[in-house]
Amino acid sequence: MLKDFVKGIWRENPVFVQVLGMCPTLAVTTSLINGLSMGLATTFVLIASGLAISSLRKVIPDQVRIASFMIIIASFVTVVKLLFEAHIPTISTQLGPYLPLIVTNCIILGRQEAFASKEPVSRSLMDALGMGLGFAFALVVLGSVRELFYQGTIADVEILGSWYKSMIIMVQPAGAFISLSILVALFKKLSSRG
Amino acid sequence: MELFFIFVAIVLTQNFVLHYFLGICPFLGVSDEMEAAFGMGIATTFVMTLTAIITWNINTFILEGFGVQFLEYVSFILVIASLVQLVEMFLKKYVPELYKTLGIYLPLITTNCAVMGLALFMVLRDYNFVQSAIFGFGAGVGFTLALIIMAGIRSELMEEAIPEPFRGTGITLLTAGLLALAFMGFSGLVPV
Repeated sequence: MLKDFVKGIWRENPVFVQVLGMCPTLAVTTSLINGLSMGLATTFVLIASGLAISSLRKVIPDQVRIASFMIIIASFVTVVKLLFEAHIPTISTQLGPYLPLIVTNCIILGRQEAFASKEPVSRSLMDALGMGLGFAFALVVLGSVRELFYQGTIADVEILGSWYKSMIIMVQPAGAFISLSILVALFKKLSSRG
Repeated sequence: MELFFIFVAIVLTQNFVLHYFLGICPFLGVSDEMEAAFGMGIATTFVMTLTAIITWNINTFILEGFGVQFLEYVSFILVIASLVQLVEMFLKKYVPELYKTLGIYLPLITTNCAVMGLALFMVLRDYNFVQSAIFGFGAGVGFTLALIIMAGIRSELMEEAIPEPFRGTGITLLTAGLLALAFMGFSGLVPV
């Protein structure tokens, strides 16, 4: 049970190892706080849809399973979107269309297809929790790195001091691709040694 | 003229892949074969254009008509999933060679965020019917362009001595970063 949880965070990390869910990973990680909110929103959808699909796994006919999964996921994403809009409207605006795009995040459908539709509820819960937190972890790391090199802060706390000239490329698409590339290579290096 | 700008913007200056990070999964996963990339691009363009046309109608006449906008995501994803199924059946019957090469990619279009993103952006920007259709088609063309460039570069990269940790994903992302940088050169082509 614990194994189901841990594997998502390191050995099968959805972003660094499986390279899934790239759109939100690259698009919203301009700062730590954005990355974190996206990560937690995705974790919630993963857990909720994992629980729903795992409990319904004997009822859903095999032929229409993908369509059924998509509808279940889309409903939970709607819930998240409405909650964000009501309680944290500033973050909701910053994430823009990427928040509803959780629907098409391959991690979510991938976990349902590979895990929740076959395994009992308790194991699916641990799997969803691990994968979700692994995803959030990756987003937080990438968000911190980009924010740090963009304006020398992490979560709006000054780290590098006032001498640092802001580097606008880090919040632009090119900076996103390049920093993720370096992080993926670094992750590979670290995990191959251990 | 305005329609022309919408088209140029979505193909070059605000390319879905290199500017909005939509459709990254097939972009990174695509093989180094030009033909497969081209086929995938055409299939996606087709689905995107149809999605734009159909979701515009659904959004205007059903969702806004009855004031049930909260059903937006559920209905959009249903439209996309059924369209992909349709394209799959069509290809299987009429272009079996293409179906064989694309077989595994096709179901992936359903979770291609570019298609869903297209529908969401359209609603967000309040496009009218013609604008939406152009936007959808242009997004597909831009996606195809990015995919083909990437496939070309990757087939060249096969021969290179790449440092071990960068093999695979690392070098692909780095290439994408440089491509995004190059595409930034197009900004200014379209008045904002």
